[in-house]
Amino acid sequence: MFTQIFFGYCALMIISSGILAISLRNPVHCVLMVLVLFFHMAGLYLTLNAEFLAAVQIIVYAGAILVLYLFVLFLVSLREELNLDAFVPSAWLGRIIAVGLAGGLLFVIPSFILGEKGVWSMSAIKELTHTKALGQEMYSTYLLPFEIAGLILLIALIGGLVLARREANIPLEPEAPEESQTCGHPNRKEVSL
Amino acid sequence: MIPTVAINWAVVEPILPELLLIGIGVLLIGLDIFVPRQRQVLPWLTVVGCLTTLAMVVGSRPSVAFGGMFLVDGYAIVFKSTCLAGVILTTLMSEHFCRIIGLRQGEYYSLMVFSAVGMLMMASAGDLMVLYLGLELMALPIYALVGLHKTEQRTSEAAIKYFLMGSFASALLLFGMSLLYGLTGTTDIARIAELIATLHLGNNPALMAALALLIAGFCFKVAVAPFHLWTPDVYEGAPTVITAFMSVSPKVAGFAIFGRLLFLGLPELHEHWGPVLAVLALLTMAVGNITALCQRSLKRMLAYSAIAHAGYALLGLLAGTAEGLAATMTYLIIYLFMNMGAFGILMLLATPDQPHESLDDCKGLASRHPLAAAMMLVFLFSLTGIPPTGGFIGKFYLLKAAFSAGYTLTVIGAVLFSAISAYFYLRVVRYMYMSESQQTISCSFSPGMTAALGLCLLGVLGFGFFPGPLLDWTTAALAGM
Repeated sequence: MFTQIFFGYCALMIISSGILAISLRNPVHCVLMVLVLFFHMAGLYLTLNAEFLAAVQIIVYAGAILVLYLFVLFLVSLREELNLDAFVPSAWLGRIIAVGLAGGLLFVIPSFILGEKGVWSMSAIKELTHTKALGQEMYSTYLLPFEIAGLILLIALIGGLVLARREANIPLEPEAPEESQTCGHPNRKEVSL
Repeated sequence: MIPTVAINWAVVEPILPELLLIGIGVLLIGLDIFVPRQRQVLPWLTVVGCLTTLAMVVGSRPSVAFGGMFLVDGYAIVFKSTCLAGVILTTLMSEHFCRIIGLRQGEYYSLMVFSAVGMLMMASAGDLMVLYLGLELMALPIYALVGLHKTEQRTSEAAIKYFLMGSFASALLLFGMSLLYGLTGTTDIARIAELIATLHLGNNPALMAALALLIAGFCFKVAVAPFHLWTPDVYEGAPTVITAFMSVSPKVAGFAIFGRLLFLGLPELHEHWGPVLAVLALLTMAVGNITALCQRSLKRMLAYSAIAHAGYALLGLLAGTAEGLAATMTYLIIYLFMNMGAFGILMLLATPDQPHESLDDCKGLASRHPLAAAMMLVFLFSLTGIPPTGGFIGKFYLLKAAFSAGYTLTVIGAVLFSAISAYFYLRVVRYMYMSESQQTISCSFSPGMTAALGLCLLGVLGFGFFPGPLLDWTTAALAGM
């Protein structure tokens, strides 16, 4: 009973803080709303007995990533607001689509049935402790996705660096002649972060 | 007490091509940082690396690795080869175009190579997790590539739009996948198909919702109407060489996972997704071809034509037969050559101070540069689907597959829209051959560009005259599925 009330509370908070995060005008408030959202996500993981995930959620997302967001917000001047043309011509059309989608998803929920159970039973996890079981699965069964995720992080790093770096001011020229290559080109210096 | 899994040669062997490409990508970054004076070797290193990978992919033995998460079968090999061919052609064109617009970042090539790794993962994905991670691995470098040319205003807008829409599509996909996982309890695509059959989930509304979300997500990724709204702006804003890349390789990889999930994971639901895809294909062809009619920019026109071609490629998928899937694969391979070729000619027109992307810029191209005009003529004929070019062969087999699966109305629509498309493709030909030239700029060919255009021309004409080997290859690739 308590679990259900707790779940309802978390779900409600997640939805409302999510909506607030995209509708508030002040970016700092938006980030703080996302922080509330992350904490309640961690609460949801707790109801599923996933203590490790809950801890990671708070340490990594709330602790590290959001603080980075806040730093970016404070460093970037936000005086001018960006205005992009909307993809959907009218805001109401978008709202109707969103409500329709939500209604459709709510409609199908009653017919949802749980699929087959995995190999890890509750008692097996309790015996081995959650973190250990997770690590063991991650480095054996799910090794490939785990490594791809690592590669994605590398790409994100490179991509972020490339986009953040100021463009090198190289005057347009045909392929540099041989002597200028040996004596060094003053303009060929790139300014990195 | 923890059982350790020994990583030995047999485990690693199936993913060797991917590992090689990752190595090339890292090597490219290293060379760029430590030997900045030798930047001109980067494109050639990329080409050689991709060619080696291509050879390894084509020669790889069918196998299943990582407990069914990574499949190396004929289907994967065809899609992987197509994606790699796209990367190779783009790289060959890049050297010329990047010099013209002054794009000199060395990371350019490594980002492209990493994106190719993502595509290979997608083509081989046998598990929803690998499928999704491969998709992200493919998309992330492209977001960066679109925004790489920072001196132009349009590219930043295009990059941010592409990023936002890509994330949105990923969210839809993830939602669909999570429903699918909840219903079946597994992420293994083949196992999902078994469980749907044994648990009699065929008419479960929740499964329908999952299917709808998955189709919406995939349609975003391959730019199928009504989820195509981001495409024209992004394609127009990105540097032309990246547009050429985006309109081919990621689309091919997107079709690879689209087909894999529908054919391997949800064949039970064909009666549901077949008609939906038929409607979407018709809508896409209508939107792409009709909107392309009123474009004054050649680049934007090619963007809409890329949308329309996604609609044609859907015709093979919706048939739900091996014949249809083979037709889609054949078409995508031919599309790779003809679309790359058309974008290549567009790149030839560009000069350092002016992109020259409008239709007026190709006026009188035949008198200025007969060879470029003749090649453009072949590519445009192929895009229209006029024999004896490859485009005709591809379209013919697609229509045949959709027709024999019983989608007569869709086929009639496809033929009609194909006829409409002739107007705007052939208008370019008219401008090239029957209008007076307004400028006197001449195009210069670089070795890479010559090689790329030569390959495209060879592909379009070769597959047009001798389609037999290609058809045999794609049909044989599906024999195991």
